[in-house]
Order: sequence, then structure tokens, then C-alpha cells
Amino acid sequence: MRVALFVTCVNDTLFPGTGRATVSLLRRLGCEVDFPAAQTCCGQMHVNTGYRDEGVRLARRFTEVFRDYDAVVAPSGSCAAMVREQYPRLAAGEGGGFAEAVAEVAPKVHELSEFLIDVLGVTDVGASFPHRVTYHPTCHSLRGLRLGDRPLTLLGNVRGLELLPLPGAEECCGFGGTFSVKNPEVSAAMCAAKVDNVLDCGAEVLCAADNSCLMHVGGMLGRRKTGVRIMHLAEILARTEAT
Amino acid sequence: MSGAGRGRGSVTFIGMPRSFRENAAEAMQDAQLGRNLRKATHTIRGKRARVVEELPDWAELREAGRAVKDHTLRHLDRYLLQLEEAVTRAGGHVHWAADADEANRIVTELVRATGESDVVKVKSMVTQEIGLNEHLAAHGITAYETDLAELIVQLGDDWPSHILVPAIHRNRTEIREIFRDRMAAWGRPAPEGLSDEPAALAEAARLHLRERFLSSKVAISGANFMIAETGTMVVVESEGNGRMCLTLPETLISVVGIEKVLPTWRDLEVFLQLLPRSSTGERMNPYTSMWTGATEGQRFHLVLLDNGRTGVLADEVGRQALRCIRCSACLNVCPVYERAGGHAYGSVYPGPIGAILTPQLRGMGSELDNSLPYASSLCGACLEVCPVAIDIPEVLVELRARARHPRSERMAMRAAGWLLADQARLSRAQRLAVRLRRLIPRRLPGPASAWTDTRDLPEIPEESFRDWWERS
Repeated sequence: MRVALFVTCVNDTLFPGTGRATVSLLRRLGCEVDFPAAQTCCGQMHVNTGYRDEGVRLARRFTEVFRDYDAVVAPSGSCAAMVREQYPRLAAGEGGGFAEAVAEVAPKVHELSEFLIDVLGVTDVGASFPHRVTYHPTCHSLRGLRLGDRPLTLLGNVRGLELLPLPGAEECCGFGGTFSVKNPEVSAAMCAAKVDNVLDCGAEVLCAADNSCLMHVGGMLGRRKTGVRIMHLAEILARTEAT
Repeated sequence: MSGAGRGRGSVTFIGMPRSFRENAAEAMQDAQLGRNLRKATHTIRGKRARVVEELPDWAELREAGRAVKDHTLRHLDRYLLQLEEAVTRAGGHVHWAADADEANRIVTELVRATGESDVVKVKSMVTQEIGLNEHLAAHGITAYETDLAELIVQLGDDWPSHILVPAIHRNRTEIREIFRDRMAAWGRPAPEGLSDEPAALAEAARLHLRERFLSSKVAISGANFMIAETGTMVVVESEGNGRMCLTLPETLISVVGIEKVLPTWRDLEVFLQLLPRSSTGERMNPYTSMWTGATEGQRFHLVLLDNGRTGVLADEVGRQALRCIRCSACLNVCPVYERAGGHAYGSVYPGPIGAILTPQLRGMGSELDNSLPYASSLCGACLEVCPVAIDIPEVLVELRARARHPRSERMAMRAAGWLLADQARLSRAQRLAVRLRRLIPRRLPGPASAWTDTRDLPEIPEESFRDWWERS
């Protein structure tokens, strides 16, 4: 199967390891992976901060770049939710064939765990990662895309991985994109609660399907010198006994 | 009377100059407030979740609630006229108020006509929205709040901070102090040696209020619902104090927002299931009072209030906020409300619903109102619990697009937009960042310090993903 990787601008720039892990995982599962080089950003930051016009320009670009692919995989619940949920609304008031492009592209965009389970039909990806891991179901993955237990199913089948329940898992980490700098006090307090819960559950690794949220919680885990690492779901699933 | 002009009340909210961020940051300095809020919101949140989960048809009920409200709003003119006719036929008097000033004027004249200078009040959001108590006080009329929590707020010279539990920011020790120090100025004093046991506090309030109920000739209420086909008013409350006000006085004046109308009795059935489970986490509401017009010897006035609502109705995205039944489920699940507290929102409508309702009702002219659409991480917990499926994140994003943006942010966003509009530009910027990666300090100056004060920055990797892809 030939899939296009939408790596996302955050992963491209700050977390290339997640992109590499996604490529290696998909190839291991028999997919032919393409990276359309013209891709940049889904426009979420602009739209959600109130810069709709800039956001729409980026969204138009996204639909043009990915229009010709059968399936698009994004290692980010938030960016996938942006395309699938917010693009149709953005397109409602726009002309120039944007609505048609969205109707065509949006349903083909999958978050990684959705693609693995719903499209490829795989729940055991043959990974090995002998560590204590807890999973934070980020808001847009949980309440936007409704990933449900897909990531947990995948993690549950990783050799050696001990999955620890995260108290208050469904509560937001306080990132919220520009919310984290526009309301930094509330954001940091939400983050601190998340960090406390991560420490309480005794995990060595905090995993999520979104690096932006992980970057936020990880930033405080690091500042507080907790020793807990952050890892994107793709990076854990890409690990095998050989690596 | 002794209490006149004492309360700060909601009207003081208006024009609050500071932004939500500043209000929230200040509230977070109060550790006791934080504990009170956390305990209260998490308790109600849990109760709600349990009684919602037990209903197999919750999703259908919610959809029915949404559909009834949308239908009614679409034909609001028709149902309001039908309501007016039915109320009038049943012996009530209907008044139309375009804004807060007009409503306050109408109510004040109605009270004056009775010759009374004291009125008792049923817990009501809308009379706080228009600053009725303050207006009455300025005209020599004292309004006595009779809802337990509103009483605590009024005696404490305080503001409500939650829709359902206005004194959520107070714990029982604080309430004891307020009762002990302030009750005497408003009527019967608190008993000697009052403890902070909930039963003792409730008894003190009961004795204090009972005297007031029996002596008052005029009551003012809001309403949760109005039934157009019969002209029936519905008040949903937990204490029975509202029913005292609705039945004992000779004159009852109800001020109700025009969006509260429902077409038929059958529609009410849906909301009497949705509301108690969403708000108090109860299966059934304890005191549901309904009345139609006026009985012999009593007078009933209905003041129908617009105060910005038709403007909201004209907005295709924002109008869904008018579906709100004031259950406050969105407040109880909101991680931002939990930290910031209700006062930070500077309005009688705090929390997520306030963040979309307040800027629509009173515009975004002030710094505070302009900042309210940003008082959310867009986590979506509010939408999930809303019994009428108001997509609060969607409206927040829409309002953000209409907000005034700071100049520096505008420039940064424009620059980011330019950079991301072309992969070659993005690539060059990434390579520059990689080259400078060792020079980026752990703590950044200026606005970026908002992040680095409490969180490390992620490390810039040795190469971007796209460079790796091209190379491999």
C-alpha cells in the first residue's frame, strides 16, 4: 500500500525522530511511504489563534499537496483532527474549489494508530520496548478524533512493555497551542497536575500520539529533573528487539 | 433598609479593565480558593458522570434537547408572541425589554407601584446580568437574595463565581464567618456560637430567610423555561426557597431572557431530564415550580429581556450559545475554570459558556471581553458534557478570529504564515535553527519567557525530518 506521510511542521522541525520512526514502522508493515516535499503545516496554530485567513491559505495548500494520495498518515492526533474536523468548517465560507478539495482529502487523513488498526488491520506491530510506560490520551486524539483505546491496544501488544494507568488521564495538559503562552499561569498549573500524575504512576516513559503536548509536559518533566522521558507512540512502536 | 446599596454585585463586573490572564493569575495566588474549587468541581463532575452514564438514551436526549432549542430559536418571534398571548390570557402582564436599562426601569416601576421597599429574590442569572439589585438599591428598594449560595454572596459583599453554585469559592469556615459577621445587618442575626457544620449553617440561613419570606409582599424571579402553548413559567431549584418566593408574596415579577421559551409541555420533558443530571448530578430535580398567569388576589408580571440576544441569534456560528440551559456542566469539567475561578471571567456567566456568551452579549470592546475567547486550551471537555451539544470550542475559535490581536503577535503570525507558505522557506529556517541550536538559552526573554519560566524548550535536532528524508 502506498501512503503519504504528513509529518507535521512540529515533528519536521523539532521531532524528526518521530517522522523517521513512522517511516520505519510503516515500511516494516509493508507500506510504501512517500513524503510529499511540498507539505508544510495544516494551519492549526493560525486558525485556533484567530488568524483564519493565514490558516485557510495553509489548509488550501495541504489539500493540494495531498489530494492525489489514497491514504495520508499523520503521527499527530491534533493535526489529523484539524484536517478532518476543522477543514470542513473552514471551507464552508470559502470558494475556489476548497470545499470540494476538503471533501476529497479529509476522509483520507488518518492519525497513526487509526491507520494501523482501521486501515491495515494490525494490532500487534511486532515491537519490543521493555520499559514502564504510561499513556496520555491528548485532547484532540481523545475528544476530537475519538481514538478510544487504539493506542493502548497497540502499546499493550509491545513485548516487554509495562503499561501503567495514568491518573486523571483525560484531563488536558494545558498546552493548547498558543494558550500556553497567552495564559501561561493557568497552562503551567494544568501541566504541573499532569506531571504530578505522571510521577505518581511510576512510569519511566510518558507516551502520547502528539508531540506538541509531549513537548509541553516534557518541558516541565525536564525542568523539574524528574528523569521521566517523553516518547511519541510511533517511536515505541518502531522499536524491535533488533533495535 | 439596612442592606440597601451594600452589595457590589455583578454590575461592577462590567468594564473590568484587566484581561482574563491577569485575573486568573491573581486568583491562582489564593491556595484556599484553589482547593475549594478543585474539591467542588471534581465532586459535581463525578456525580454528573455517574447519573449520565446510567441512562442508555442520553445521546438521544441530548440530540432532542439540541433540536428543540434550535427549532425554537429559528421561530423565536412566533413562540414569543404565542407566549405573550397565553400569559395574558391567564391573567399575567407581559412587558418587553430591549436591554438591561429598560428591564431595570420596568421592574423598578412595578415594585414602586406596590408601595413596597423590600423584595425577595429567587436565584436568577438574568437579573444579575442586568444588575437589577444595584438598580433597585439606587431607587431605595432592597433586594434580598434567598438562594442559600446567593445569600452567602450577598452577605459577603461578594460576586457569584459559578452559575449553579455561586459561592463555590467559599468553604464552610468562611461561610460561618460571613453569617456571624454580616447576617444582622440584613435581618435576623446568626445564632450565638454558630458552628461550621453544614446543618448548623443551613439552619441559620433558614431562620434568617423565613422571616423575610413571611414579611415580603413582592418577589422577583427568573425562569428556567417558559411554555409558549400554555404561558406556563418553570423554575427549577434545589432548596424550596424559590418556591417560598413564588407562592407567598402578592406580586411576582419574573425577568426572563427571550431564549428560555419552549413551544410545548412535551418539550419540557426532555429538559427536566437533561438539566438535573447535568447540573447537580441528580436524577430528578427537588423543587420544580410551575405557574400559569396569576391567581385571585395575586399579580404576575413577566419581563421578556433581549439585552443582546437577538444579535447573538443573527450569528450563524455563535447562536448555538443561546441553547444554553445554564446547567454549568461545562464549568465543572473545565480545567481552566478550575484554576482561574469564576471571578476571572468578569461576568455572571463564567467558565466555558461565559467565554462564548459574554463576548457575544456585551461585545469585545474591553480588554477583558476581548481576552475571554482565549480563556481555553480548546480541550473539548465542555462540548462533551454539554446537554444541548453547544460546540464551545468552535465558537471560541470563531470569536478569536474577530478579536483584536496584539501587534507583536500579529507580526509573528504573519511571519510564520509566510514561512510556512513555501517549503523552501521552511527548510531554510529549519537549517538556520539547526546551526544556532547551541546558542538558544534555556530561559528566553520577553513574551517567550511565558513558556520558559516553568518549562524547558525542546532541543533543536541535528537535522530536520525533511533533510533526513532527502539525504536517505
